[in-house]
Amino acid sequence: MGESLPAFTEWLASTPLSLHIQTTAWVIPAVQTLHILAIAAVVAAVFLIHLRVMGLALRSQATATVARRFMPWLWGALVVLALSGLLLIIGEPARSLENGMFQGKMLMLVVVVALTAVFARPLRNDPAYWEATPARRMNARGLAIGSLALWVGIVFAGRWIAYWGG
Amino acid sequence: MDVYTRIEPFLLWLEETRIAAAVRESPLLFPWVESLHVLAIALLVGTIAVVDLRLLGVASRERPVTRLLAEILPFTWVAFIGAAITGALMFVSQALHYATNVPFLWKSALLGLALINLLVFHRVTARTIERWDTGPALPVAARLAGGASLAIWIGVVAFGRWIGFT
Repeated sequence: MGESLPAFTEWLASTPLSLHIQTTAWVIPAVQTLHILAIAAVVAAVFLIHLRVMGLALRSQATATVARRFMPWLWGALVVLALSGLLLIIGEPARSLENGMFQGKMLMLVVVVALTAVFARPLRNDPAYWEATPARRMNARGLAIGSLALWVGIVFAGRWIAYWGG
Repeated sequence: MDVYTRIEPFLLWLEETRIAAAVRESPLLFPWVESLHVLAIALLVGTIAVVDLRLLGVASRERPVTRLLAEILPFTWVAFIGAAITGALMFVSQALHYATNVPFLWKSALLGLALINLLVFHRVTARTIERWDTGPALPVAARLAGGASLAIWIGVVAFGRWIGFT
């Protein structure tokens, strides 16, 4: 990348949409508020699904039922996060794209989306897939702990972007 | 004598405590506390929304309200305690500044409203809960409590984020 990233952020910052966001004071706080509300949906969905997998929450319902209840909120909130995040990037390209904490956050996001897909995919054909054998239950717990840790890391990294110089 | 003149010595005393000085002066402590605050708020607002959407009849319609409350609210309270502790740490670090900060005062007022809404729901509306516990359609008072709670907490997040821009 070398020289190309600063050139790209400079170009992005000069686009009409970016200039509009930069000069309209309320846009960034409003979009950040929407971003945090979507994070609330993700965090609650992820906590409830994964704590259920670990047998620590909503024990009166099967894991499959809890996953079916909250997985659509997780994917829906991810779309809102991506769109609001995109607006924040367009509004402040250098502050985000060139920031090591932002890059770490995106890396964690890619990994956690992959883990979530691994967890969600078999449930489409077999809702009880992760409860069928002890080995699968172990794998589901591993996925749950990994996903929870990554989401906590993503929330922290998101807040730390503001404090990370370059 | 206005209220600020009266509480100013107390606010100054708060700011001078060792813990307030530590949060204010350490370059790392404030972002750590702030990140934990965001995580706690996310879990708090997300789990509250699960309950609110049930009261509104939007989601979890097949779940008895009492069971949902019993299974979700413990997480909500843990998140609330986390948010309150981290919020208090940030407040004391600059007590005088926050006590006169307009978005902070709005956020505090909305938290008061949320408390009133909670008390009215539990003390008055929920008295007849056995009659509508399993029904998908809830009485108007219960739906109002859910809608008000959702609106109040969206406001809390918005004003909370706004504090950072003042």
